[in-house]
Amino acid sequence: MKLTDFSNDINEWFDGSGPQADVVISSRIRLARNLAGYKFLHACTDQEKSEILKILKDVLMELEIGDKSFYISVDDAPAIDRNFLVERYLISRHHAFGKGPRGAVIANKEFFTGMINEEDHLRIQILKGGLQLNSCFEQINKIDDMIEKKVDYAFGTTFGYLTACPTNIGTGIRVSVMLHLPALKMTGHIDKFLNAAKAMGLAVRGLFGEGTEAAGDFYQLSNQVTLGISEQEIIDKFEKKIIPEIVEYETAARNQLLNKESELLDDKISRAMALLRSAHLISSQEALFLLSHLRLGVNMHEHMGVSTPAIDGLYALCKGSDNKTNLSISTINRLFMLTLPAHLQINYGKELDPTHRDALRAKIIRSTLNG
Amino acid sequence: MQCQICKKEQATIHLTEINDGVRNEVHVCENCAVDQGITVKSQMPINELLSSLLSSQPSDDEMLAASGQELACPDCGFTLDKFRKEAVLGCPNDYEIFSKALMPLIKKAHEGKSLHCGKVPSRAPKTVKKQVEISALQQQLNEAVKKEDYEKAAMLRDKINQKNEKNSK
Repeated sequence: MKLTDFSNDINEWFDGSGPQADVVISSRIRLARNLAGYKFLHACTDQEKSEILKILKDVLMELEIGDKSFYISVDDAPAIDRNFLVERYLISRHHAFGKGPRGAVIANKEFFTGMINEEDHLRIQILKGGLQLNSCFEQINKIDDMIEKKVDYAFGTTFGYLTACPTNIGTGIRVSVMLHLPALKMTGHIDKFLNAAKAMGLAVRGLFGEGTEAAGDFYQLSNQVTLGISEQEIIDKFEKKIIPEIVEYETAARNQLLNKESELLDDKISRAMALLRSAHLISSQEALFLLSHLRLGVNMHEHMGVSTPAIDGLYALCKGSDNKTNLSISTINRLFMLTLPAHLQINYGKELDPTHRDALRAKIIRSTLNG
Repeated sequence: MQCQICKKEQATIHLTEINDGVRNEVHVCENCAVDQGITVKSQMPINELLSSLLSSQPSDDEMLAASGQELACPDCGFTLDKFRKEAVLGCPNDYEIFSKALMPLIKKAHEGKSLHCGKVPSRAPKTVKKQVEISALQQQLNEAVKKEDYEKAAMLRDKINQKNEKNSK
């Protein structure tokens, strides 16, 4: 399997489907595990790391997790490939740019990744579109059971699954939900959301952007407490309380825009479209920012049946010669992902300097949005 | 420590200002800090968080000395000092060796919780599974007591006693 086999398309979890997909982009559950009888990675020699890598690679590659498992030796991969995997949420930045022997097993159309020798010996994750935490947990738990049959995990009665960092002990679970919240941002309520999330003990991160910068109004919300609470309790908190509340706030903000600030809404959408359709050089940050506004317009049309002069204008502009529009959430999600720096370069077939990337990005966006 | 402004909440934000060589300390709770326009860095990198947790414990130095700061794990050679710098431990055994020093930090990171009550590996002995079940009940009992729901607390206590009896039989 080569990266170019799937670099031309988005991951299935990002195709705009799934429960509450107008606000919830995706759900992810990750479990942190370590082998009993080995030191944590920080204290391991490269030889010990190689041993751990071999054991876990063999176990993961033998598992039946949907179709086509493949392995990537992360420490040997060129930086561009590693960046590409980070952009697709298949591995973490920490894993991509860490040290020593490490790898990743990717399976079942990118729904599953097992990162070997990240911060812990093993981190397994399931990613799905929309709000589907229970289904993610069901699958990752099964996979964890299968692995557990073949290896002994480091586990103690008091602290549960033992991890390199004490912030992950107990269940070792990290539940993350990615959200698109453009209307909360536009109406100036995003800080309330951020503060409320922090008050609930959740971590908030920006998506796509570097660090905590939330490029394109995408946010990732995760639990921080992993000890003294069961996996199901953590998931229930997200599924039944936290996320429904946020979806409600974002929906209320969209209605507020529509009913009270429709000119602001139309202005943002029309400006975004005008720039995206005519720019010849566009940075990744600017593209994310503008595509977010476009996505809001298309979302309001698809999920709320909204019609405003600007939204109607979008669809009129994107009509092809057959009079059919190619504008949809999945078209815009494609633009989000395929114009990220590593995606551009992998698909172009060679490395590009920033100016050439900005030109190629603008070209792809123009050709998609010009019918 | 109490908040200096509202005198009700626990002070969680501690500021030291030095003006013209005069040192001034402010201890306030989060709400009062917001009211006063004192902003705190919202996303602290994990190692900064850990070392600030370790160093914010009042009896920290004595505790580390008492629990043997120079103590090194016989399995991996890690010391607490190393953990302070790197924010990760050297091996599973460190949780036992440094348990005294780690416990306050673990409690802070996990909202006061200190006992696992989630999944147990299927290969673990049955007694481990039972112990984790009791931990879960114990945690619920603590919550019930905190909420002054004594009826529920009594029920949970009986359940725990039952399980303990079964285990000892």
